[in-house]
Amino acid sequence: MNDQIIHLVSLLVKSVFVENILLAFFLGMCSFLACSKKVDTAVGLGMAVTFVLTISVPLNWAILNLLLKEGKLANFLGTQYATVNLEFLSFISFIAVIAALTQIVEMALDRFSPTLYAALGIFLPLIAVNCCILGAALFMQQRDYNFAESCVFGFGSGVGWALAIISLAAIRQKIRYSNVPKGLRGLGITFLLTGLMSMAFMCFAGIQL
Amino acid sequence: MASFFEQVKKSHDEGGRLGMLWPLLDAPDTFLRTPATVTHAGAHIRDWLDSKRFMMTVIVALLPPLFMGIWNAGYQHYLGTTGADPGFAPSFWAGLEICMPIIIVSYAVGGAWEALFAVVRRHEINEGFLVTGLLFPMTCPPTIPLWQVAVGVSFGVVIGKEVFGGTGMNVFNPALTARAFCFFTFPDKMSGDLVWTERQTWTEFFTKGGARPEFVDGYTGATPLLHASQHHGDLSAAESLMQINQTFKHIDFSWWNCFLGFDAGSIGETSALACLIGAVILIATGVGSYRTMLGVALGTTLMAFIMNYFAGGANARPTMGLPFYWHFVVGSMAFAAVYMATDPVSSAWTSTGKWIYGTLIGALAVLIRTVNPAYPEGFMLAILFLNLFAPLIDHYVVQANIKRRKLAYAR
Repeated sequence: MNDQIIHLVSLLVKSVFVENILLAFFLGMCSFLACSKKVDTAVGLGMAVTFVLTISVPLNWAILNLLLKEGKLANFLGTQYATVNLEFLSFISFIAVIAALTQIVEMALDRFSPTLYAALGIFLPLIAVNCCILGAALFMQQRDYNFAESCVFGFGSGVGWALAIISLAAIRQKIRYSNVPKGLRGLGITFLLTGLMSMAFMCFAGIQL
Repeated sequence: MASFFEQVKKSHDEGGRLGMLWPLLDAPDTFLRTPATVTHAGAHIRDWLDSKRFMMTVIVALLPPLFMGIWNAGYQHYLGTTGADPGFAPSFWAGLEICMPIIIVSYAVGGAWEALFAVVRRHEINEGFLVTGLLFPMTCPPTIPLWQVAVGVSFGVVIGKEVFGGTGMNVFNPALTARAFCFFTFPDKMSGDLVWTERQTWTEFFTKGGARPEFVDGYTGATPLLHASQHHGDLSAAESLMQINQTFKHIDFSWWNCFLGFDAGSIGETSALACLIGAVILIATGVGSYRTMLGVALGTTLMAFIMNYFAGGANARPTMGLPFYWHFVVGSMAFAAVYMATDPVSSAWTSTGKWIYGTLIGALAVLIRTVNPAYPEGFMLAILFLNLFAPLIDHYVVQANIKRRKLAYAR
């Protein structure tokens, strides 16, 4: 039991810092670049992404392991389905789950925080096609996580993504007063910053937990 | 001298024949003489301390570790190749031959970029470069190939600073950006047990030809941290450091030797004592923040205690058992805390923020030293990492202050 907890904690640290889904795998770049002009917006989007990831990865795990994997359908529909393997449907079911969750987040934000809803604009519904969310689900499938691991991994990836976008937003607030060359203003300097941030995150590379 | 500058200035002023090149003239002029231009609008403090004098103070504070590092480079060189200490003067001379090319290349290449950007973008030559150009070579091992110095300093100056608009506008410390770039790009030349002494001096090159110097028997080029991070039987990390002269007879890593700086390492980092002298200069002149420095020391101490607690574990790495007072003297802790963490541009700007920033640097650096098997040293990387979060820390400190003032006002 104790080992299990230590294993989960190290998985959490790994997914937040060592293999940060944004700065090590560069997943979820579009909203990272677009919604990082102000810290408050970035915090909102970071929380939304964390929420979607925390729910969607375990949910996708359940769908994958209880329905889609070879022979799992037999538990519900009888033994004649014992050889059916539906894993080829995993992509489309992952996407469906993510889209549905994004709808829920969107409705909730619209109801409870209209300012944030307006600030996030098109990037809120676009969480549905945010690569880091599908990416986390696919990592879960590829690395064969169990249920507890996929919960922790989903949450950790979300926190890592939120950490990256919030710190980028703070940096962009600071460099608003910088005299950046014309050709680099806006997206250009942000790309350079992302590269430098990723270099700074390399201080964790190599940590074995 | 003044009349010379006035005379030349005419042709460089706006519309003059050489108007395009005015940054090249402006730099030595304002460097030697305090400029007559003053800020006209807004509230400001009247002081002789412009950013050039500010940066010169840092250079002065950098001199003790620089001289110590130059001497030590020569001392380590002779220790490795002859096994004996030739005395102060030959060591210092050899150190000069080893270190000066690195510093000259760093200043020349970085300065060329700086001047190019100044001319093209029509801003002044940034005085911050005086510090960057010296800080970067001081974080390099004495044997770094000169072309790598050039590549590293180019990256640091251009990507680390100039693309943001120059001194005062960058996010990451340019010298650290350059250092980290070299560290990840040329790992075999930046750390390990050979890089501290392997290079010939120029005198040896001309008298003996191009052959690499041979190490004498019973010598290791490992730094104290590298030595401490390896397993040595039942010895704890501190014991293995103190008993190193039983295995390698020319090496003595007692605590005092590490404190004074008689150990292998990057040019500027070996002597904690010299860095302390620099710290006194920086704090006395108000250039470096004592909050950041104390924060780093605090974070280092706390994390070292936490790691000592875990040191008994089955998979614990030997560095985990290193007591905190050893963490202070080995590796680049002192240099990083005094000169790198206190960089006024890339560190946190608020006073509370500086404490948080410093403490996190110390804690994270010890964490990397003890937990990460890939890198024996973590201070430079920890500072780069916290550079990234300094604006965020500031943002929340400011927000908290606004909230507090609002409450006080409402009452």
